[in-house]
Amino acid sequence: MTDTLRIAAGQGFWGDWLEAPYRQVTQGPVDYLMMDYLAEVTMSIMQKQKSRDPSQGYARDFLPLMERILPVLAARKIRVTTNAGGVNPRACALAVAEIARRLQLGRRLKIGIVTGDDLLDRLDDLLQRGHPLANLDTGRPLSDVRGQVLSANAYLGAAPVVEALARGADIVITGRVTDTGLTLGPMMHAFRWRPDDWDKLAAGTVAGHTIECGAQASGGNCLVDWERIPDLANVGYPIAEARADGTFEITKHPGTGGRISVAGVTEQLVYEMGDPASYITPDCVADFTSIRLAQAGKDRVRFSGIRGRPATDKLKVSLAYFYGYKAVGTLVYAWPDAYKKARAADRILRQRLADLGLAFEAIRTEFVGVDAAHGRLALEAAAEAPEVQLRVAVRAREKAPVERFTREIAPLILNGPPSVTGFAGGRPKPEEIVAYWPALIDKSEVRACVDIVEA
Amino acid sequence: MRGHRRSVKKARAPRLVPLVELAHARSGDKGDTANVGLIAKRPADYELLRRQVTAARVARHFKGLIEGPVERFELPNLHALNFLLHGALDGGGTVSLKTDAQGKVFSTALLRLAIPVAR
Repeated sequence: MTDTLRIAAGQGFWGDWLEAPYRQVTQGPVDYLMMDYLAEVTMSIMQKQKSRDPSQGYARDFLPLMERILPVLAARKIRVTTNAGGVNPRACALAVAEIARRLQLGRRLKIGIVTGDDLLDRLDDLLQRGHPLANLDTGRPLSDVRGQVLSANAYLGAAPVVEALARGADIVITGRVTDTGLTLGPMMHAFRWRPDDWDKLAAGTVAGHTIECGAQASGGNCLVDWERIPDLANVGYPIAEARADGTFEITKHPGTGGRISVAGVTEQLVYEMGDPASYITPDCVADFTSIRLAQAGKDRVRFSGIRGRPATDKLKVSLAYFYGYKAVGTLVYAWPDAYKKARAADRILRQRLADLGLAFEAIRTEFVGVDAAHGRLALEAAAEAPEVQLRVAVRAREKAPVERFTREIAPLILNGPPSVTGFAGGRPKPEEIVAYWPALIDKSEVRACVDIVEA
Repeated sequence: MRGHRRSVKKARAPRLVPLVELAHARSGDKGDTANVGLIAKRPADYELLRRQVTAARVARHFKGLIEGPVERFELPNLHALNFLLHGALDGGGTVSLKTDAQGKVFSTALLRLAIPVAR
């Protein structure tokens, strides 16, 4: 049995640094490359792309990345777990298999495909059989928006990842598997942890949470002592070094930039946290108030003491539904009286929108440089601001008022307040809003499915 | 004698210290809720944060900027508090019209809060 398992985080979200995964597999020894591509809003973006082209709907950046690193993965026997499959894991896996054949690495490569998370075709049946799929935040029943639903995916846990690894997959491509399951899965597989060994599953889950946002655990977006964090240009992404007893260390490759400290890692632990005593995943309920941290060397933090409880009998479901349209228009006003001019322009714009009789669900004005980040808490320097960006955003159920709004920004350059610039981007574009609807479903309703493709 | 006078003054008026001097923070989103994890820079200050940075005080700080209530959770092991700011993100995610639709800078907005600290 493996002594220490090294799981390297390569992507913290879809759109993360393209160099990171390549460096993770070339700058030092790792056993697994774990890549999380799916934030809550990402599924709805992928769904949009799949609705335009049925062969899409996954993280397209994953393909050129695989083309670049497949030879390294094969030579160093590094396995991959990723939810890059998005709403179309099979298409993603077949595209990777094609690349492997082209690179003549095909014969040795097995790709695991994890599906079963997609509930879209079963929604009416589920609703009819008394699963309300009520919105977790608002309590509204799904029937309120049923006609607009574009995707529905249950969050699967580590179990299907473990199955794919046990069946020999070198690369596991999943749909909506939890971020943490992509890290926990390799640990359960390597250490043969039982699915009811709650403390160990919680430890693997905490490790997953720590590295799932990539460099956010190794010095990126880190507030504490941020100016002295070295060489972020070459930031090393985090690596979990796990042991069979459920303890692990977070570190990074030597010679890379960034920093792994107790304070920085703590920032990542509280990121997107709800009730810390009950971090609920499909695999277990992890207790973040049990975590013990210690600096175990330079750029190395040791985790121990982690406790877990039995998993619940529910899975979270992420639904996406068509909501309406929005657009954002911006203009930049310069000194003197930059903030005053921007406010005057906002008043004029709003009067014109009202005079046109346009019906918006919401109009929001922000003055970037003054209040976009901290609102009324930050108005102290407003009068002296050397420049202010006026940012007006509108939202409506219909496209027409949003479209009309986009034509009301540019005229302000010549027929509004003076000292205005920053319009080179041209007229803003109306954007479709695909909104997120979180819900719960009984675990017994969802069966994960694992296929192995040999390239 | 000067030392004596200073200690009398100390006892009378606690000074207001902005959290940015005592803590660091990171924030993120869950739907229309923003979470802010507030972490004591020095472990010894955790107890001060726990006493002074109450859910009620944080709700007053963000009045007008968020629409829902504030919940607080304690992580003494990490010298941290976790706040959930409900109704903070104009609907959240793709619906939100905010620049900070994902609640990324509620962290430093909380660090503007000043709390009384005994001299």
